[in-house]
Amino acid sequence: MAEPLLQIREISKSFGSVAANVDISFDVTEGEILGLIGPNGAGKSSLFNIIAGEIAPDRGEILFAGQRISGIGAVACARLGIGRTFQVVRSFDSMTVLENVMVGAFLRARRTRAALRRAEEVIAVCGLAGRSDTVAHRLSPPEKRRLEIARALATDPRLLLLDEVLTGLTPTEAREGMQLVRDLRAQGITIIMVEHVMEVLLPLIDRAVVLNLGRKLVEGVPAEIVRHPEVIRAYLGDRYSG
Amino acid sequence: MVERAGRALLSRRRRELLLGAVVLALLAALPLGVSGAYLRGLIVLALLYAGLSQAWNILGGYCGQISLGHALYFGIGAYTSALLFTRAGLSPFIGMFAGGLLSGLSAFLVGIPCFRLSGHYYAIATIVIGMMAALLASNWDFINAAQGITIPFHGEAWRNLQFRTAVLPFHYVMLVYAALMWLIAWVIEGSRWGFYWRAVKDDVTAARSLGVSIYPSKLAAAAISGAATGIGGALYAQYVGFIDPESAFDLSLSVLIALPAVVGGIGTLWGPLLGAAVLIPVQQLSVAWFGSAAGGIDLMVYGALIMVLALSRPEGLVSFFHPRARQEAVDHG
Repeated sequence: MAEPLLQIREISKSFGSVAANVDISFDVTEGEILGLIGPNGAGKSSLFNIIAGEIAPDRGEILFAGQRISGIGAVACARLGIGRTFQVVRSFDSMTVLENVMVGAFLRARRTRAALRRAEEVIAVCGLAGRSDTVAHRLSPPEKRRLEIARALATDPRLLLLDEVLTGLTPTEAREGMQLVRDLRAQGITIIMVEHVMEVLLPLIDRAVVLNLGRKLVEGVPAEIVRHPEVIRAYLGDRYSG
Repeated sequence: MVERAGRALLSRRRRELLLGAVVLALLAALPLGVSGAYLRGLIVLALLYAGLSQAWNILGGYCGQISLGHALYFGIGAYTSALLFTRAGLSPFIGMFAGGLLSGLSAFLVGIPCFRLSGHYYAIATIVIGMMAALLASNWDFINAAQGITIPFHGEAWRNLQFRTAVLPFHYVMLVYAALMWLIAWVIEGSRWGFYWRAVKDDVTAARSLGVSIYPSKLAAAAISGAATGIGGALYAQYVGFIDPESAFDLSLSVLIALPAVVGGIGTLWGPLLGAAVLIPVQQLSVAWFGSAAGGIDLMVYGALIMVLALSRPEGLVSFFHPRARQEAVDHG
């Protein structure tokens, strides 16, 4: 069996007296879509930021393609091929959609024309082609989510971390978003999605890791997850866990 | 293949370059229509500040790091060139590069501690460092302390950057300086660095997630901006023929360098030139009209104008010409 693309080994992280992540371990196989789910405050965002290199874990390590990435920082993670979006959308508001995506494209392309071509490809894939020349702060919220995906995609990631990209969308928008995620996986990109609403995620993902109160609760395919008593308890309380 | 939006971006850049060439030609022909020495001197000064402010704009506008200590780099450039000229007899053309190199290096060194700070704290740190430098300069005997340096006339020659009828040749010297600064900004706008710096200005966390190294980006912008400012300082020294800590290192100079870009349109190609074209004449004329007699009225007039401009055109004077900037102003307003 091939080595997993991402190996998370006993990651712990505390903020002050709050333990955000406690001894979390799991693997992500190349080419899969993994859902990282859990109720609010489960430690999803913290773990997500640790994988993306934005924050360093207190203990434990993360291997990406066999290389230790915990603590090397977000810039180095991006260079190695980890792309991400943000839960609270962050766009370069003074720049156009095209320029936003070009910033990402410049990671692999040194020359402006090459970055331009790469950005245009990615913008087309993400369904923003008509908006290329629009200044980012004028985009609608769903368009901003797409812009974030496009920007991350422009860096040619092997692993893409999507933070609540389907949250707050209309059903149509969500369906389009899910199609986009499937298309990306078809290109060979491994995807980790964070979402606290389980229903949107289950039809999309191959496997899920459920976090609760900073710990890993269970890991498995969606059909197992939804029936798991621990998961039901975490989401709905003791009364429903039967 | 480059698609429609990409072509639009490339052709927008070509149009800017063409416009730049036209404006350069117009400014080169300007002395033909302006005969008075006073007015010509005013234009020379405006061109110098257009260049200086564009140099500031590289760091303050594109990279978003507001420096209020650029007088330091101006002063280092001015003093280096003046000292090399008066004490070693070296041509100011060598002096301005030595000065530029030194001021670029000092901007880099200032950045090392100061870019650990962000936002307002960075601006405050640059003020403090600038004031410390001014104080040092007024007490350092090697550079004549508070007396300053008078640059003696070594004979009319381009080699010396000295002319008996000083104004007209300096019109072209300053024009070349301003044009070069504009061209540097144009090149930066279209390059990887320019994109990275603007990303750093807009959102540091998002920039990092795309592989943009924040600290080195800021240092590079600071070094280029500082060096460009230093060259302007050297030109000023040669033009005026006298520099002292008051005229080359003062905090008010740092503000004067930043203002045209801020008023004209921060982080834009044309902002510094537009800002300088409006501010420098107003500043000089208000001194001439209300000047020293009742101390401070000129500054009040000047300050009032800046307030009016800031209130009516928060996106800068470029928004009068630039549809996108105007659209932005409407959205923000």
